[in-house]
Amino acid sequence: MRKLLSSAALLCALAAPLAQADQDVTLIIENHVFSPSELRVAANQKIRIVIDNRDASPEEFESKKLRAEKVIPGKSKGLVVVGPLKPGSYPFFGEFNEKTAQGVLIAE
Amino acid sequence: MLSSAIILFREVLEAALIIGILAAATRGVRHRGLWIGAGIWLGIAGACLVAGFADVLNQFAQGMGQEIFNAAVLGLAVLMLASHNIWMARHGRELAAHATSIGNAVSSGTQSATILVSVVGLAVLREGSEVVLFLYGIFTQGGTTANSMLAGSLIGLVAGIAVGTLLYRGLLHIPLRWFFQATALLILLLAAGMAGQAARFLIQADVLPALIDPLWDSSALLPEDSVIGTVLHAMAGYDAAPTATQALCYGLTALVIWLGMRYASPQRVAR
Repeated sequence: MRKLLSSAALLCALAAPLAQADQDVTLIIENHVFSPSELRVAANQKIRIVIDNRDASPEEFESKKLRAEKVIPGKSKGLVVVGPLKPGSYPFFGEFNEKTAQGVLIAE
Repeated sequence: MLSSAIILFREVLEAALIIGILAAATRGVRHRGLWIGAGIWLGIAGACLVAGFADVLNQFAQGMGQEIFNAAVLGLAVLMLASHNIWMARHGRELAAHATSIGNAVSSGTQSATILVSVVGLAVLREGSEVVLFLYGIFTQGGTTANSMLAGSLIGLVAGIAVGTLLYRGLLHIPLRWFFQATALLILLLAAGMAGQAARFLIQADVLPALIDPLWDSSALLPEDSVIGTVLHAMAGYDAAPTATQALCYGLTALVIWLGMRYASPQRVAR
C-alpha cells in the first residue's frame, strides 16, 4: 500500500512541471558522506538539488546560508530548490551526522 | 554522544519552551495537566506517523510536501494562538478582576485552554517527527556508537525539558496583575515567530518569493545556533538572516493579533 502510494506520488511529481529551475544537480549521501562534497553550480540561477540518500538511516540536509532544511528518509530522494545565488561558497551539512556529512556548494 | 545530545536538546527545547508558555497561560484551568499531557502524547503519536510516512510526504507537492506540511502546521498553530489571545482579551480582564484566586479566573477559560492544548500537540508533532527520525537512524546503525548516541539523546531530551520547566516556573512568579498581559505578549511573539517560520518554509518550497534576501544578517552578532539564539528563535522567532517576506509575515501577524486584542477588549469599547 505504502509502496503504491509513494510510486503514485512519484509519478505525479514526475509528470508535473517542476519548479522552474535552470540547473539540476544531484547530491548523493552514502555512509553519511556527501558526494560530491564540493558542488559547483552556476550563479544567478535557480538550482534544483536532488538529494539521493542511499543510506538506510535518515539525514537532515541543512544549510544556514542557503536557508535550507530538509529531512531525507533512508533509501529515498529529497528535493531542495535554491537560488538565484550570488557567486560565493555556501556550506551545507547533514545534521544527523555532522561529523562526516559536510559539503559546500560553490556558485560561480 | 555530545552531538546527539545537542541535536535532541535543540529539537526538544523548541517544543518545551512553547509548552512552558502555554502551561503558564492555562494556569488554574481544571484538569490542565491532563489536557497538556494529552496534547503531548497526541503530538508524539502524530510525530511517529509523520516520520513513518516521511518519504511519501516528501513526494507530494512536486517534492515539496515536507515544506508545505510544516508551513500548514505552523499556520494552524498561529490561527489558534491568535484566537486564544483575542478571546482572552475579551474575557480575561473581567475574569481576573472578579476572581479571588487565579483558579476561578481561568477555569471558565477551559474552552480557550483546549485551543492551547491543540497548539501543544502541533508543536510536539512538528519538532517530534525529526526527533523520531533521528532516533530511528541511531537504531538502524546499531553497535556501541549507537548506545552512546542514545545516552546523549537522553541527556539532550532531559535538558530540553528542564529548560522548559524552568521557564514555566519563572513565569508563575510574575505578579497576578501583570500575569495575563505577560502571557498574552509571549503568545503574541510565539505566533508571530511561527508565522515567520511558515513563510520561510513556503520560500524554501518556492511558493513565496523572498523579496529581499537577506533583509539583514546578524549572525555575527547573535548566531542562531547559540544558546540565546536558539531560545529567542523558539520563543520569538529570531532569525539571524531573515528574508523580507519572513519579516513581513512576522510583523503583519503581530499587528493583526494586537489589533484583534485591542478591539476585543471590553474596556476599550466602554471608553
